[in-house]
Amino acid sequence: MATFWFIILVVLVVAYAILDGFDLGVGALHLAVARADAERRTALNAIGPVWDANEVWLLGFGVGAFLAFPRAFAVGFSGFYLPLMIVLWLLMGRGIALEFRHHISDPLWQGAWDVIFSGSSLLLALFYGVAVGNVVTGVPIGANGYFQGLFGWILNPYALVMGLFSVALLMLHGAYYLCLKADGPVYERASRAAEPLWAAVLALGIVLTAVTFALRPELLGNYRTHPIWLLAPLAAAWCVIVMRRAHRRRRHSAAFLGSSGFMAALLAATAIGAYPYLLRSQPFPERSLTVANAAASSSGLVTAAFWLLPGVLLILLYQVVVYRVFAGKVRINAGAHY
Amino acid sequence: MTDTAIADRIQFTFTVMFHYLFPILTMGLAPLIVVLKTLHLTRGEPRYAAAARFWTKIFALNFAVGVITGIPMEFQFGTNWAQFSAFAGGVIGQTLGLEGVFSFFLESTFLGILLFGEGRVSPRAHWLSAVLVAVGAWLSGLFITATNAWMQHPVGYRIAADGTVQLASLGALLGNPFLWWQYAHVINGAVLSAAVVTASVGAYYLLAGRHVEFGRLSVALGVGVGVVFSLTQLFPTGDMNSRNVTAYQPVKLAAMEGLFATRYGAPIAIIGMPSTTEHRLLDPVFVPDALSFLAYGNLRAEVKGLNDYPQTEWPLVQITYYAYHIMVGLGTILIAALLLGVALWSRGALFTSRWFLWVLMLLLPFPYIANEAGWVVTEVGRQPWLIYGLLRTAAGVSPTVEAGETIFTVLGFAGMYALLGVLAVFLAVLLVLRGPDEQTAPSEAAR
Ligand code: HDD
Ligand code: HEM
Ligand code: HEM
Repeated sequence: MATFWFIILVVLVVAYAILDGFDLGVGALHLAVARADAERRTALNAIGPVWDANEVWLLGFGVGAFLAFPRAFAVGFSGFYLPLMIVLWLLMGRGIALEFRHHISDPLWQGAWDVIFSGSSLLLALFYGVAVGNVVTGVPIGANGYFQGLFGWILNPYALVMGLFSVALLMLHGAYYLCLKADGPVYERASRAAEPLWAAVLALGIVLTAVTFALRPELLGNYRTHPIWLLAPLAAAWCVIVMRRAHRRRRHSAAFLGSSGFMAALLAATAIGAYPYLLRSQPFPERSLTVANAAASSSGLVTAAFWLLPGVLLILLYQVVVYRVFAGKVRINAGAHY
Repeated sequence: MTDTAIADRIQFTFTVMFHYLFPILTMGLAPLIVVLKTLHLTRGEPRYAAAARFWTKIFALNFAVGVITGIPMEFQFGTNWAQFSAFAGGVIGQTLGLEGVFSFFLESTFLGILLFGEGRVSPRAHWLSAVLVAVGAWLSGLFITATNAWMQHPVGYRIAADGTVQLASLGALLGNPFLWWQYAHVINGAVLSAAVVTASVGAYYLLAGRHVEFGRLSVALGVGVGVVFSLTQLFPTGDMNSRNVTAYQPVKLAAMEGLFATRYGAPIAIIGMPSTTEHRLLDPVFVPDALSFLAYGNLRAEVKGLNDYPQTEWPLVQITYYAYHIMVGLGTILIAALLLGVALWSRGALFTSRWFLWVLMLLLPFPYIANEAGWVVTEVGRQPWLIYGLLRTAAGVSPTVEAGETIFTVLGFAGMYALLGVLAVFLAVLLVLRGPDEQTAPSEAAR
């Protein structure tokens, strides 16, 4: 049952990365690809109806971890105290900017919120990458089971490179999304930006893969024993190629699906390498938190699985409805809220 | 109590009280918007659509701030209350998870359609999304109250070998006897508050002589709904909450009432100042036997006073007592004002007596204060327990987060929330000053 919940958590992270990923990417690109007010509004209304629901996947992940692995949630969240608070403040600034901007049509007011929106989206993308980097490299768990002396670790070069990779990837993903939703100058600029971003993703991706396995050869363990799982990294590599070809042929849905698939495969590959560890302790591996030693009771996990499955079906239904209602290019008319 | 625990408590109290300012209107206004949209669909008059659109804009602003201040709450369980999370995650993870899965997605997805979809979906589908947003908001309130009710009165759990609590029965968790009256009172309080806000904004328009038709509609809706909910706030929901507290948390009851000595035929103090050094109420005005009656339905029943419990089990008596009296006092004022409104209405004078419109307009902050005071009673009165009878508050904090770090983040939240609060109020005032604008109806042709 605990393994089932590990998979659920991976699915939640993947959903979050793909869905909030594109609106973070749009945010990070916002100042660059949308310049005049009408263009900015196009970009904002492109994510307007969906960004909040997308962000709920993050809550879903947090609460899922709370429910299934309370100890890992407690240790991880209290251990990464200040970085998480900063993430929180960035999330807050971003949401506020989205809602507050359209109330007053004054260039200074709107400009300020545009900068906050774009800056916080960019920094969030960076922080998520840094967080993944830290989880991969391992965390210092002390004798009492909680973190010990962390700060030196968080901004290590490996994690920073991971952060840059995350920024490039989410921007690319956001650019593909804008190609789908916008036309005119926003479309042109997003389409042009996709080229160098793709190159950056590829380059950083190769470097990171090499460094990761050099630093943490134990992450290869699961792949040695079960080579079938190598399908995940292979799928990721395939997606990289697909998305660029699709973009060149202006098949924007295919490109967007490609970057979505890439993120899914990449996160899955990371999770497969990590399993069964949730938080790998360095330098005392015996203090690590695993799927087995951090799980809630199996009766609770079974109960939650019973309500989770119908719940997820409902969520999928809502999402199908909302993406169908807003399918196609954005039009700014009186119905646009932003 | 350690510095760390004090800092964590200040942060939690501050952030949750700020957060709660917004769900009040979300949960209360959503059904009123549904009423307006239903009237529009059935009667076809554009003024209902304009009113619904106006309140939806206020709703959207309020919702955004509610969402943004809610996320820190969820994080803090892990960041600041790690031992509590490790201890109780197996149980309250369930209710928090249910909230995420069944209400946050529903609310946020259909709010997207409500805000951006007019003109893209049919009027019926638009109405349905308003209904679903309301359902989502009420479910949110339900599951979070279930979480809180469990901390007030833990049920449906067992203690595992490692000392943590684990779920024994989800049915028991959701059937918690503490939960349903608490939830009814919370939701009822939200609707009451939204009704007062509606009436108050309507009163402003009538006084200012602008958007008079919309003003009348808002005053009528607000007073009509408000009078019913102000009465049910007291009885049965408030009354049943007192009985639950009597049954499950007698120390809290004694603190709420400032009752030090155990008495048969205990009185209710209308006013008076509790003194924890002299162990009595100073300058009290009593209604004899009333507390025994309210708590047990019997004028002579014995009610235990604080002196029967060791002082280490007492909550902060003064805060609990004053907060309770503020809530009940404001509840009484709201009942009186709204009944007066109905009396004026029956004589056809509701929309014209300027003095009463002034009263209505100035009522605006009262339901907010009553709601916050109510939570202070509930949460401060539960102290020194974090989970009643199971976990002390001081034992719930994160061992690795220093008081200094938390003080730093408290200051961060204080600054952000001050700015946020000012801007939110400013933008809400701006929306009201602009008024319901009948021109913005998206043309049907745009579909
Ligand atoms: C508009 C707001 C409002 C108003 C006018 C009232 N209340 Fe209230 N009350 C709340 C809003 C509220 C609340 C915010 O919703 C609380 C906080 C926690 C809870 O469960 O509901 C609450 C809690 C609360 C509690 C504590 C429950 C506990 O400790 O678990 C009691 C005993 C009452 N109320 C009783 C009353 C009575 C007798 C009222 C007389 C009119 C009253 N309330 C008016
Ligand atoms: C599910 C909902 C809630 C949970 C799980 C919860 C939990 C907690 C926790 C962990 C604390 C900190 C420990 C303490 O200082 O007592 C606390 C305190 C407090 N909470 Fe709640 N709370 C909830 C809802 C609310 C709401 C909605 C409010 C009001 C707006 C509120 C008001 C307070 C107050 C005033 C305190 C401070 C008590 C004190 O410091 O003595 N709570 N609650
Ligand atoms: C510790 C206590 C609480 C936590 C952890 C919490 C958590 C949250 C979170 C994460 C959100 C954002 C959801 C989104 O992104 O859509 C939210 C919004 C909301 N919460 Fe809370 N909440 C708490 C207390 C309460 C209480 C006591 C109520 C009502 C009784 C409540 C009702 C709502 C509602 C209706 C919303 C919808 C958004 C809004 O109102 O603006 N919350 N909450």
